[in-house]
Amino acid sequence: MAVEAKAKETGGGETGTQFTVDDYRRAYEDMLLIRRFEEKAGQLYGMGLIGGFCHLYIGQEAVVVGAQMAMQEGDQVITGYRDHGHMLATGMDAKGVMAELTGRASGYSKGKGGSMHMFSVEKNFYGGHGIVGAQVSLGTGIAFANRYRENGAVALTYFGDGASNQGQVYESFNMAKLWSLPVVYMIENNKYGMGTSIDRASANTDLSQRGASFGIPGEQVDGMHVETMRDAVARALEHARSGKGPYILEMLTYRYRGHSMSDPAKYRTRDEVNEYRQKRDPIDHVRDILISQHGVKEDAIKAIDKRVRDTVNTAAEFAQSEPEPDPSELWTDVVR
Amino acid sequence: MPTEILMPALSPTMEEGKLAKWLKSVGDNVAPGDVIAEIETDKATMEVEAVDEGTLGKILVEEGTEGVPVNAPIAVLLGEGESESDIGAAAAPTPEKAPASESSAPAAAADGPKPTGSLSADAPRPPAAPRSGPAPAEMPDDQPAEPDVPAGTEMKQITVREALRDAMAEEMRADGDVFLMGEEVAEYQGAYKVSQGLLEEFGARRVVDTPITEHGFAGLGVGAAMAGLKPIVEFMTFNFAMQAIDQIINSAAKTHYMSGGFIKSQIVFRGPNGAAARVAAQHSQDFASWYAHVPGHRVIQPYSAMDAKGLLKAAIRDPNPVIFLENEILYGQTFEVPAEMDFVLPIGKAKVEKTGRDVTIVSFGIGMTYAMKAAAELAQMGIDAEVVNLRTIRPLDIDTVIKSVQKTNRCVTVEEAFPTCSISSEIGYQLMEKAFDFLDAPVLRVTGKDVPMPYAANLEKLALPSVAEVIDAVKAVTYRT
Repeated sequence: MAVEAKAKETGGGETGTQFTVDDYRRAYEDMLLIRRFEEKAGQLYGMGLIGGFCHLYIGQEAVVVGAQMAMQEGDQVITGYRDHGHMLATGMDAKGVMAELTGRASGYSKGKGGSMHMFSVEKNFYGGHGIVGAQVSLGTGIAFANRYRENGAVALTYFGDGASNQGQVYESFNMAKLWSLPVVYMIENNKYGMGTSIDRASANTDLSQRGASFGIPGEQVDGMHVETMRDAVARALEHARSGKGPYILEMLTYRYRGHSMSDPAKYRTRDEVNEYRQKRDPIDHVRDILISQHGVKEDAIKAIDKRVRDTVNTAAEFAQSEPEPDPSELWTDVVR
Repeated sequence: MPTEILMPALSPTMEEGKLAKWLKSVGDNVAPGDVIAEIETDKATMEVEAVDEGTLGKILVEEGTEGVPVNAPIAVLLGEGESESDIGAAAAPTPEKAPASESSAPAAAADGPKPTGSLSADAPRPPAAPRSGPAPAEMPDDQPAEPDVPAGTEMKQITVREALRDAMAEEMRADGDVFLMGEEVAEYQGAYKVSQGLLEEFGARRVVDTPITEHGFAGLGVGAAMAGLKPIVEFMTFNFAMQAIDQIINSAAKTHYMSGGFIKSQIVFRGPNGAAARVAAQHSQDFASWYAHVPGHRVIQPYSAMDAKGLLKAAIRDPNPVIFLENEILYGQTFEVPAEMDFVLPIGKAKVEKTGRDVTIVSFGIGMTYAMKAAAELAQMGIDAEVVNLRTIRPLDIDTVIKSVQKTNRCVTVEEAFPTCSISSEIGYQLMEKAFDFLDAPVLRVTGKDVPMPYAANLEKLALPSVAEVIDAVKAVTYRT
């Protein structure tokens, strides 16, 4: 629990601007979209409409939504396989994401990539990568391209507490600092790498200090609070954009669901999950503030809820009614 | 007795070097560790340190001399109480002066004193070995079936190393998104001197020295490619690319397909591949079949300077990931290339290097040196071999092989890699599938032996293919004894 205490000290937006009622409204809607989308994906998975691996983001929504609120036009995002939330946060269309999950031709990757492999150059989203830690080197390369072109953009490179023990993460840290690359390493610490708790996997569980030997500054952030997230990411982006090189943020967060759909979750207690769900839920937190501090009426909240539900239902219907890829697609896109 | 100072070998493949500069003069006292001279090898400029104490009595090889064979005496050191009159006349064989280019390196070495003793790291690859010497020059009568350039094109002689450097330089001049990264590519001028001069011309922004961190910089390169740059990632050797193979396969080769064609990786992974000389199992492996197994990228293995130049330029321009497998032994060999600047060869097209009627020998990369030499010897025996240089491994130009086999009805494949699941295996299978009725004999393969590469000179030689094995295989498929 010492880790969390520290998070409270560092979190809280020293450089942050006021989080307005409009900000809260946007955050609420964006987070709720991810929540409802993932719930629907879980449902479709249970019905056999989504196959293979499916890693749900439920519980971690404040991380990507807060980060997105701090980003500037042109900044890029790359992440691992728990990626649906990141895609929706960057503004990718829920229909295209869901249709990819069901393996349809109108999916973001024409049905050839699936849950872990979607991209949108238009939204500056570079995937969606299935090999734990690989996206860290790739994201560092995107940052390299930013510096090469002097385009002022920063690459937000997400990975989890599990990936933080991969060797190429440190190879990337070294080069990023050596060359002052504009990259923010976003470590989403949800406490479990698949079924292994961080205490059983990491010799030092303060992941924000994993860049210390390279001289990369880092801080722990309460990843359950969207305001804290936005401010921390704003600080990190400013650092990276100003030419000072990489910055590490370790988000203390929690996934409510299993690692993947096939996870029996025997490695943690129901009480632990309920503690987060009931007392620290990022969406409930924002909802409470909207109502109690900003006097937003229940009806207005319900209107948002309905809008989100409609978007997700439309996406689910689209994903089930669209055709599978034409058999000829088997042979396309292998090489250009 | 005065001590001879010998031309040292400074790398496993060095056969000769240039005595660039003397830093001591006759009459100077020399102590162990003193730098007495600078020599230039095909890879780098190195300092020669004195091993013994004494006075520099005589300089046998003047500075500026090129083509000094390894182990040739270059100076004489006088001990206490000795004078120049103690120096025997026999101690001064003047090494042959080689042409300014590195072209006839092995030939010059052959004429000079044979390297002996501990410095002759090249022992298993003596000048008489099949791979040394530019094979095409030995067969002036054989014209390629389809010349790469129109008759009358002005040609020049350059090494494979120069061809690779020129290809990169030309493409970097033409396209600001092309850059080179890797270990020792910039300030060191390339571990094998391939990137010589590029830092000077293009600066540190585009010629990037990386830390020794293959997995990391391969992934960084792929990320930069996904973001639209066109990286050339040099591996010091492809043995080290095994550290990075996840990024090469899973990130570079597969993402185009997985993204439905929306993300491309225009990236070249290049560097020396296969056995060099006396560097043992971890540093001696041909990865052609590893990469050729996987869809989503190109795999090229050049043989000549023509291949190297034309195909590396094509690789840099190709919108897909390209695995470009070079060979350290071939770097110093000289071939003709067109003198004109913009020479590009098509990816996926094999070349008939020598036409013939009796048997098809299919090879690629350094395997071609065995194939060409065997073809020359076979001609003396009255067997007219056709030699196909694959050039590209993926996509494999099986049509050119089939066309040849339809004429000769016999095929022998040659490569240095292990036999199991090799490129030879694939060619044998495809000929069985697509040219079964044309074959008058089983397809035979001549490959490296199915063992990790040994260090000992005699064992290493046995582990590699030989010209004799190619000749035996050809005799077998043509039913000659």
